[in-house]
Amino acid sequence: MPSLSPDLQNLLYIIASVFFVFGIKMLGKPESARNGNAVSALGMLIAIITALLSEQIIHWQWIVVGLAAGSIIGALAARLVAMTAMPEMVALFNGFGGIASLLVGWAEFQKIYSAGGLMSASYYQIFIILLTVLIGGVTFSGSLIAWGKLSGTVPSRPIQYRGQRIVNGILVLLIIGFFIVLTGRLDFTGLENYTHFVVIAALALLFGVLFVIPIGGGDMPVVISLLNSYSGMAACAAGFVINNNVLIVSGALVGSSGIILTTIMCKAMNRSLTNVLFSGFGSVSASAQGEGFQGEAKAISVDDAYYVLEAAKNILIVPGYGMAVAQAQHAVQELATLLEKNDAEVNFAIHPVAGRMPGHMNVLLAEANVPYEKLKEMDDVNPQIGNVDVAVVIGANDVVNPAARTVESSPIYGMPVINVDKARTVIVLKRSLNPGFAGIDNPLFFNENTRMLFGDAKATVQGLVAEFKN
Amino acid sequence: MDIRLVFILVLATFLGFELISKVPSQLHTPLMSGSNAISGITIVGALLSLVGSFSVEGNVMRIILGTMAVTFATINVVGGYLVTDRMLRMFVKKEKK
Repeated sequence: MPSLSPDLQNLLYIIASVFFVFGIKMLGKPESARNGNAVSALGMLIAIITALLSEQIIHWQWIVVGLAAGSIIGALAARLVAMTAMPEMVALFNGFGGIASLLVGWAEFQKIYSAGGLMSASYYQIFIILLTVLIGGVTFSGSLIAWGKLSGTVPSRPIQYRGQRIVNGILVLLIIGFFIVLTGRLDFTGLENYTHFVVIAALALLFGVLFVIPIGGGDMPVVISLLNSYSGMAACAAGFVINNNVLIVSGALVGSSGIILTTIMCKAMNRSLTNVLFSGFGSVSASAQGEGFQGEAKAISVDDAYYVLEAAKNILIVPGYGMAVAQAQHAVQELATLLEKNDAEVNFAIHPVAGRMPGHMNVLLAEANVPYEKLKEMDDVNPQIGNVDVAVVIGANDVVNPAARTVESSPIYGMPVINVDKARTVIVLKRSLNPGFAGIDNPLFFNENTRMLFGDAKATVQGLVAEFKN
Repeated sequence: MDIRLVFILVLATFLGFELISKVPSQLHTPLMSGSNAISGITIVGALLSLVGSFSVEGNVMRIILGTMAVTFATINVVGGYLVTDRMLRMFVKKEKK
């Protein structure tokens, strides 16, 4: 088959880029989001076909193997993953993008190496290859750890040790050192150079691991957004390696969108990115905060909770990560429908960082068929929260902690929260009185108007549903 | 080094910021997984490392690296788009009700 001229290739790559831009734009509106995704997929198809037609292909069997294996694995994973497991799936896909960019950089290095001095490389070329390997490597191993923390394979609490900063500092210096040494060479014939290259790749992978392990599970929305951004930057760097504009454009789009999401998540927690990445938030033991909140939490039974809800006319449901863990979203939806049949107004209040990734709760409730208009953002809910008869908190903790407003010594002081304590009655569904991931006491549980409904969220909600059906 | 590529990078980054800044929080997850699929564009680089006429001898490593790159990038692309579509289908379904 004749290969495309370079001009025609570039033209097609530009068309693909335009499709990506429109795709992302459409993804930002609920009505057009699904089509936007399709438009962007079409852009990807154009880019892939262009790449395949750019040169004569001798080793087509390997291309077919890669494409077939990747498609089968990708399609199965996308189809089989449970909606509650979406954060770890996204983390894993991010990581695969990162390792692919690393391998592209490595293959390019291999090309120069194998040419044995016949092919000249510039300083710039080596620099950009190493940069690709570095960003791709950090994205890959960082995402794997994030995946592990989200799926429970790795403990989700922050892992900290003495001298952590020193170790990280030494690692960064090592990477910079190897980077400079290798960039300074233009002849890559020796095995020594190859070893250096592999060492840099290994250090990048190690750095990704060390970068994510000190971050607690509850801060994962920030980490996933950031790694998403990195995967874009890795693709972008790979674009510089192979001089390809479509990689640069789409990599930059993803890179900047990831940064924006990261910023939104940080703002929602009233913390800086540096604080999220380095503070080991959540390792603070409860004793470190001093007094702690003493008092007696008032428990309530499913029966009594039913009577409270039955009498309520305005109900606000506040879901959190606990709802995802208990897979309670369908039961919650059923309860909401029954409450509405009982002439109550039911709304859902979604905190921006509820769950383990941006928009996590929205996806789960959408899966359970909760109408889109019922999901309210925090800023819309808070001004009217005094009119709420019963606020039902399901598996959420820090995002409804009034200490964020009142207790200056609290680690989450200043974080915007959903002010459920201002509702007439609060029912908190929780497994125990244990503090949330951050180990922060929640005075809400001891409030006069709070009732604790202990137990597995799903079982409890199903219990309430059964009461209503009788 | 081709300075025009830097030019493209800067413009595309600004474009990205403009495009994403006003997305409702309901769509954060699909947006993230959708843009994640786009970062699978590195598949073009992976494919380009395998096209062209070069002999197998002396290039075994290059073929291994390229095939792995294509595989991982394809998982990212196919999985990313399909999973995003699956989520968005749930959103759209409700709009019609």
